[in-house]
Amino acid sequence: MRRTAKEIQMLFHAIVFYCFSALLIVASIGVIVSRNPVHAAMFLVLAFFQSAALWILAEAEFLGIVLVLVYVGAVMVLFLFVVMMLDINVEVVRKGLTRYAPMGIAVSLLMAIEMVQLIWWRSETGNAPMLFQPYPEGYSNTKSLGSVLYTEHVYAFEIAAVILLLAIVAAITLTMRKRPGLKVQNIAEQVAVRSEDRLRIVKMKSEKKL
Amino acid sequence: MIGLQHYLTISAMLFVLSIAGIVINRRNLIFMLMCIELMLLAVNFNFIAFSRYLGDDTGQVFVFFILTVAAAEAAIGLAILVVLFRNRRSINVQELNTLKG
Repeated sequence: MRRTAKEIQMLFHAIVFYCFSALLIVASIGVIVSRNPVHAAMFLVLAFFQSAALWILAEAEFLGIVLVLVYVGAVMVLFLFVVMMLDINVEVVRKGLTRYAPMGIAVSLLMAIEMVQLIWWRSETGNAPMLFQPYPEGYSNTKSLGSVLYTEHVYAFEIAAVILLLAIVAAITLTMRKRPGLKVQNIAEQVAVRSEDRLRIVKMKSEKKL
Repeated sequence: MIGLQHYLTISAMLFVLSIAGIVINRRNLIFMLMCIELMLLAVNFNFIAFSRYLGDDTGQVFVFFILTVAAAEAAIGLAILVVLFRNRRSINVQELNTLKG
């Protein structure tokens, strides 16, 4: 039986999807079981990268690129920076692993089974996948997102900008500190000083030579 | 053929794994922050899958805003973490009982 070019393309699409999904699940398991926070952050970077690939596979290209740029480029670097700066004792921190592990795994396994069952059994088309709507020829994801982002959602866009400003101000004010005993110049005081404050002229008789 | 259910399944597995991570790593604040990031990622998966299924770009605009808010949340959370570590020399969740009556 010879497959048509369309079928081969579908098959390849499915293979790529399953590869990226398997790596995504492995990476997120790595995040939650690794002992070292640096390793966990690296696994999280891998998970974000696989998700970006999956989004691009679903033809949401703009968000896939944004995920790589914003998350892998900025947020995860911030995470790694903080993890390396804090210098926490890994062994002491991970002592409570086994106590909560059975309960957590049981609850999450139950939830996973329930959710997957609901997703596959309650869908309109039975077990056949509900396909994504194909985009027309020459469609640009970025262009169509921009055309609604700057018109319909422009207020939300501006609020998002204010939220980012708020995050900058909050992070700086939280972490800024005045160290006691630090020698600094007070420029205003230096400029405002007058000669009377610093210099005292004492009148006295000249001494005679003995 | 890959469709909506495949993406929803991946999203559900990601979400459940991050809940398990929060329960397992109940002692360490930094792992909890990472698990929250993973949870937000799972939510974004749902938004993108439904946006593509319904052919409506509003879902992807929502993902854009969620990414913004998540970045702000990560920045402020990590700032709080740094201040906490500076004051208590530890980020152990079990020791954070100052507000306990």
